[in-house]
Amino acid sequence: MSEKKELTSEIRAATGVNVNRCYQCGKCSAGCALNESMDYPPSVVMRMLQTNSAESFDKTLRSQSIWLCASCQCCIARCPMQIDIPRLMDYLRARALEKKTVNRNSKKIVAFHRAFLDSVKYTGRLYEVGLVVGYKARTLSLLQDLSVAPRMLMKGKLPLIPERVKGRKLVKKFFQP
Amino acid sequence: MKTGFYPGCSLNGTSPEYAQSTLALSKAFGITPVEISDWSCCGATAAHNLNHELAVALPARVLALAEQQGFSQILVPCAACYNRLSVTQHALNGSEEQRNALAKTLQMPLSGKLRILNVMQFIEEFIAEKIAEKIVTPFAHKVACYYGCLLVRPHSVLQFDRPEDPQSMDALMAKIGATPISWGYKTECCGAGFSISRTDVVAKLSGKIVKDATERGAEAIIVACPMCQSNLDMRRPHIDSYLKMKTSIPVIYITQAIGLAVGISRKELGLEKLFVPAKNF
Repeated sequence: MSEKKELTSEIRAATGVNVNRCYQCGKCSAGCALNESMDYPPSVVMRMLQTNSAESFDKTLRSQSIWLCASCQCCIARCPMQIDIPRLMDYLRARALEKKTVNRNSKKIVAFHRAFLDSVKYTGRLYEVGLVVGYKARTLSLLQDLSVAPRMLMKGKLPLIPERVKGRKLVKKFFQP
Repeated sequence: MKTGFYPGCSLNGTSPEYAQSTLALSKAFGITPVEISDWSCCGATAAHNLNHELAVALPARVLALAEQQGFSQILVPCAACYNRLSVTQHALNGSEEQRNALAKTLQMPLSGKLRILNVMQFIEEFIAEKIAEKIVTPFAHKVACYYGCLLVRPHSVLQFDRPEDPQSMDALMAKIGATPISWGYKTECCGAGFSISRTDVVAKLSGKIVKDATERGAEAIIVACPMCQSNLDMRRPHIDSYLKMKTSIPVIYITQAIGLAVGISRKELGLEKLFVPAKNF
């Protein structure tokens, strides 16, 4: 019983979201643009959290769904209970990173986010070339999008020199836990 | 009243035509938004996906800079930046403790009272009334107004237009002589930040949007977000191979469309920077 209480209250304490308010109408899953590609649709993730079982929680943390959620906010817009599912997804992603249970098929998504933030960490702004190089190094997808880059360059859409923000030291501080 | 301008990384990098057309349009109507000096990235999707604290701190720096530089309102054309800045300000206003702590770290004011305007709100407020008298060439085309997600959701925070079947862009396009179509994908997700990590997802989601707009006879998709634009435009080869058909509908920023109608040159509006050519406009 004690475990039962812990999980949902832990989630609530961290996010302010009470998963028990979900009555499984399924509107979130019906509207979710990424649903077809997910292993568990959003309403099922909600149900898994409601069960309070450590096993189900672990399954959500290992799921592809949490990484495929694009935070498009369609679910919360249509939820009759206005449950902030995108906020929950952020929380589950953070926990998955912490517990090192990132879904195997979602590693490229995480690599992209990491490469993006690395660039911001050092310059204060996104440096696209750095992002792509960082992403390719992390995922070994060296040949991806090679045909797009020259066209972007020609159209002036790929600045080669990174811009450095004066306040970047402070920005870098934000990254320290 | 001085209006600040937050271009954000996309307008500064991969979508210069959105910045160019926004500023050219403003100029034509006698307004000069001033770039927020030394602005930094809002953290975009990456920050809130990986690190909640970072996702608040990064936008907070931008808000504080704007306040420090004396702006009471800022124009944020990128829908994703607009969303992150608005959500952050809203969250900080709900927690004085967090707001004070961040203001201290930043050593800048953070009153939480900044007006954050998306491009439609900016146009409605400063440009819309005078459009009629300035029109040189009416934009007489059938268009699909595509809002995407982040301009209208979450409604409880943004309080802009309505989350289903929004109308603000349709109304502005009608003002320049366009005929906005009724269609089903106005606020469906384009695949957002998965352009590189899951191009297949973007091809599919953006593919559905391009297909519906095309089938309903639209001649252009009008957008107000650089991520939506690049997914629908730059990813067209992937979209076409997903759809198994060749599509040719261009994806034009609302600022470019209005700019054309009031006689700003194609070059100033950066029309040549679109991947799917907008030759009939």
